[in-house]
Amino acid sequence: MIKFCMRIFSLITLGISVLFFIISSAFAGSPTKVGFVYLTTPGDHGWTYAHELGKQMVEKRFGKDVKISVVENVPEGPDATRVIRELAKQGNEIIFTTSFGYMEPTLKVAKEFPNVKFEHITGYKRSKNVATGNIRFYEGRYIQGVVAGLMTKTNKIGYIGAYPIAEVIMGINAFAQGLKSVNKDASISVIWANTWYDPVKEADAAKVHIAEGADILAQHTDSPAMLQIAEKKGAMGFGQSTDMSAFAPKAQLFASINNWGPYYIKKIEDLRNGTWNTGDGPNHWPGNVWGGLKSDMLVISKFQNMPANVAQKAQEALDGLKNGKINIFSGPLIDNTGKEIIPAGKALDDGALWGMNYYLQGVNGKVPG
Amino acid sequence: MEALILTIIATSIPLLLAATGELIAEKSGVLNLGVEGMMLSGAVGALGTVLWLENPYYGIVAGALSGMLMASIFSIFTINFMTNQVATGLGLTIFATGLTGLAGAPLVGKTIPSLPKIEIFLLSDIPIFGSILFKQDFVAYLSIAIIIFISFFLKYSKSGIILRAVGDDHQSAHSVGYPVKKIRWYATCFGGMCAGIGGAYIPLVLTPHWSEGMTAGRGWIALALVVFASWIPWRIIVGALIFGGITIAQLVGQARGWPIPSQLLSMMPYIATIIALTMISGRLSKNNSVVPSSLGRPFFGSQ
Repeated sequence: MIKFCMRIFSLITLGISVLFFIISSAFAGSPTKVGFVYLTTPGDHGWTYAHELGKQMVEKRFGKDVKISVVENVPEGPDATRVIRELAKQGNEIIFTTSFGYMEPTLKVAKEFPNVKFEHITGYKRSKNVATGNIRFYEGRYIQGVVAGLMTKTNKIGYIGAYPIAEVIMGINAFAQGLKSVNKDASISVIWANTWYDPVKEADAAKVHIAEGADILAQHTDSPAMLQIAEKKGAMGFGQSTDMSAFAPKAQLFASINNWGPYYIKKIEDLRNGTWNTGDGPNHWPGNVWGGLKSDMLVISKFQNMPANVAQKAQEALDGLKNGKINIFSGPLIDNTGKEIIPAGKALDDGALWGMNYYLQGVNGKVPG
Repeated sequence: MEALILTIIATSIPLLLAATGELIAEKSGVLNLGVEGMMLSGAVGALGTVLWLENPYYGIVAGALSGMLMASIFSIFTINFMTNQVATGLGLTIFATGLTGLAGAPLVGKTIPSLPKIEIFLLSDIPIFGSILFKQDFVAYLSIAIIIFISFFLKYSKSGIILRAVGDDHQSAHSVGYPVKKIRWYATCFGGMCAGIGGAYIPLVLTPHWSEGMTAGRGWIALALVVFASWIPWRIIVGALIFGGITIAQLVGQARGWPIPSQLLSMMPYIATIIALTMISGRLSKNNSVVPSSLGRPFFGSQ
């Protein structure tokens, strides 16, 4: 009797395991689990919204082949570490951390989960399983400079920066190069908001710029507040991250639009094909993405509210950047104290851009800190 | 210069209103840390209403009502269920941040007409002062009217004195027959109304759009302002203008290239608050209290 029971039992066990085997093999092409960490919510209509649009392109492209988890409103710092770790624990195979301040948290968690791939947006530190992705935002700023130089009547440009980090400074310098190429008399004054996102403060900074005589405004912060003030006070400016013409139909000259979708799709495809890499050490540089106008990661919206000849100049600058005829940071480059950065015939390489802690000619004041 | 002063005033108004409301609540003994949340509700309520009815004045009413709604939630918990005020206030802000994000999601990307400026006949033509004092929007005039009303109310009216009594010693007030809970309900709702209008001012005048968390910490500054003003209404005007003035000064300083680190200037309002706090505690030792003694303490007696 006992023997009979044993036999039945083992048969059942065998049956169950066969069943499991069949089920699991049927689901072998299980979806790739992808995690996203957002700094704010898509409701910012700026930086995070652009990432959200990229995520939606991933959903459209892969459909049921990916399973996406998003965590919104994650403060930079220790909270980020916890969120990223949680996403890794939940079995996400690739995690995109979409703000500069997530750099250290990403590296920390990456060490704990060597089999998970991490893509840190806008960072400069990499490791075996941390790659970086970024957009050459500064290319759009060059075109902004060209348009600003042709449109300004007061020759005063107001620029609102978030924090004095290399990424923002290279944007200001690229703007200055564009400005200088068409207008030698105009100059840029910079206000640091010391925040990426505070609509009221951004609006205040815009009002101060206008009160100080600026008639063209540019921003490297996230909300549409600056353009709304420009619209109200009769100044003009440029949209940030996404097309903001709905907020300022008369004031937006054009917007530089961040287009993250293609980069996300490529990295997820690489992962699924087993070709994801961060390049060779120690800097893992070659496996990392820094795309601009050429690779469509940066897109320029329609040129509007400007005369046809200005739009044509802007288009020429855009074409020049796309086909490589314009090299924004080619020598001779002189900083605003008169010091030569590089002589004629040479150009700054990518590494030098990330070390920028000076303003070029055409920018007033000096970099804080 | 004139444009800068106008900017300072505009920046100060949300702080001024929220702080005034909180002052009344605190005078009645209720410490409501949910100011930030009430401001956010006011902002989203105002924007949604203006999109719907297309008249910015309805936005003020909607802002006031949204703020009051949040304040009532706070009152139910802290006054009727006697929960801890600090925890409930923090909870209210966190709750309101989420709720307004949800409610505001369909409003993202839309813009509304701003509140018009009201020119007072003849007076607005006075050079410089005219446009600063007599060419403001309705809420700016309203906030000054509220402050003046509050000052007289607290000092000279019977109701004001009862309100202060409730805040100073709720047991005694109760024993002489005043309805402590009811008075605290009114005071908290008034606080919510002011914070709601203050929040509504942001989309109605400063930046006519909705984006999540757009008050960006102004509710907390309003709380600090009440302490800075040591619970005296007119000092809130001074405090709000100092806060606003320093905010703008550091922006101007940067634009003009003053050699002062902007971080140092941003720090000033908080240093001023700490100094005010120290001075108050110095005065406390002389047994001359300005802080409502029952502040933050729940009232357990029955009505």
